[in-house]
Amino acid sequence: MMKKIDDFLRALGRPLVNFVSSVGNLSLFIGKSVYHCVTPPFYFRFLGKQFMDIGFYSLPVVALTTVFAGMVIALQSYTGFAKFGAEGMVASVVLIAVTRELAPVLSGLMVAGRVGAAMAAEIGTMRVTEQIDALTTLSTNPFKYLVAPRVIAGILVMPLLVLIGDVIGIFGGYIIGVYKLQFNPANYINATLQELSANDINCGIAKAAVFGFIITLMGCYNGYRSRGGAQGVGEATTNAVVSSSILILIFNYIITELFFAK
Amino acid sequence: MDDVKIKIKNLHKAFGKKKVLNGVDLEIKKGESLVVIGGSGTGKSVLIKCIQGLLTPDAGSIVIDDKETVDFRSRERDRLHEKMGMLFQGGALFDSLSVWENVAFALIENKKLQKKQAKNEAVRVLRQVGLAPDVADLYPSELSGGMQKRVGLARAIATKPEIIFFDEPTTGLDPIMADVINDLIVESAKGLGATTLTITHDMASVRKIADRVAMLFNGQIIWQGTVKEMDKTNNEYVRQFVNGSSHGPIKVEV
Repeated sequence: MMKKIDDFLRALGRPLVNFVSSVGNLSLFIGKSVYHCVTPPFYFRFLGKQFMDIGFYSLPVVALTTVFAGMVIALQSYTGFAKFGAEGMVASVVLIAVTRELAPVLSGLMVAGRVGAAMAAEIGTMRVTEQIDALTTLSTNPFKYLVAPRVIAGILVMPLLVLIGDVIGIFGGYIIGVYKLQFNPANYINATLQELSANDINCGIAKAAVFGFIITLMGCYNGYRSRGGAQGVGEATTNAVVSSSILILIFNYIITELFFAK
Repeated sequence: MDDVKIKIKNLHKAFGKKKVLNGVDLEIKKGESLVVIGGSGTGKSVLIKCIQGLLTPDAGSIVIDDKETVDFRSRERDRLHEKMGMLFQGGALFDSLSVWENVAFALIENKKLQKKQAKNEAVRVLRQVGLAPDVADLYPSELSGGMQKRVGLARAIATKPEIIFFDEPTTGLDPIMADVINDLIVESAKGLGATTLTITHDMASVRKIADRVAMLFNGQIIWQGTVKEMDKTNNEYVRQFVNGSSHGPIKVEV
């Protein structure tokens, strides 16, 4: 009997210890990253490249996902509202859905797949080929040189990306509303503008900044800790995308709660 | 004891249950070239990484220039690294940077040299290791293994360090290229008057580079002496290793 309890505790203990130690490692990593983001020396010249990588080159995927998301919301809400004769609500539903939820979450997930994975692979390769050790031996802090520019760029550029996604997503709703559902264009635009509130946009932007932090941080963290050659780098890439996607959805809920819960 | 550059005492490092370093004692004199030999997986790399502070030892002391370095914080550590250069086993060149940017990395980042000046200096060091100036604008992936080693060497000596580490400098090279690299190592270290610590299991390299040899086995230094003494020693471990025999006290775990 004692042995059974013993085995049970053992089976329970190992994952628990692993879990606690990875939470600890991640917390330390976050602490170091934030510290090195706000203390000199800064490598501003890398920010430009990261802006391009994270922001500019993500524009096509973000545009495509948000335009179709806006379109589908217009279509779905119309079929629903038509039952109550409330078709006029389509514009405002599109606006709220896109700015509060769809633009930030879909952009976040897309950028996580595109940029988070690339970061994990790049930094992971640098880790397994000893380039990160080489940085240290050349008196250059890898957190300042590699992590800080990425995290800062992520926090700054994601909100811009989401603003663009907002516009494109609403435009997607407009296309369906006007060309398929035969709304009057002027009325549709008026309804959208009337419903437009700073709070919705701010919520989306706050989410975007947090997602930018999550994506770049998880990309760097998983890459930084990767071990054991090509396989390790592959694992790091997968983990970066999976963990940032999950965290994005969790924090999406939390931020929504903070903004809108009464 | 002014002429001791690096003094390691009772150094311990374990990964989980595996004790890699188990009480290493080692002294390296100023300007000396010490080569640590030992089989694969005996902790040679771990030793170098502990001295550089890339790994934190579990116990023991590492004194460099009469200063205890084990508990150095990041700023002191950075300053210490400015005195050191390292040639990594795989080169560890930054593949996003061109060859000259690799060589001039520390000159630009730490010594704040202007771009043009830094490039001139990089080209000069590249020539020193036998590379033509037109290599400077290539990227590391465009170079052969031997050339990458040379660039790695150039990066290690570009800041004129007082201490240089060589991590298996000849591994993966053909015997002739290995000899060329060995010559370059001796040349550049003597030219700078640097203290060097090399880890290798290439005996040809040992004979060429070493002032003194130390053998690492089971996490401890079990023998040290000059190359001449190494050839005459009765220590069975050393003899087995030098002769490259599968018979002897060192058992290879298969």
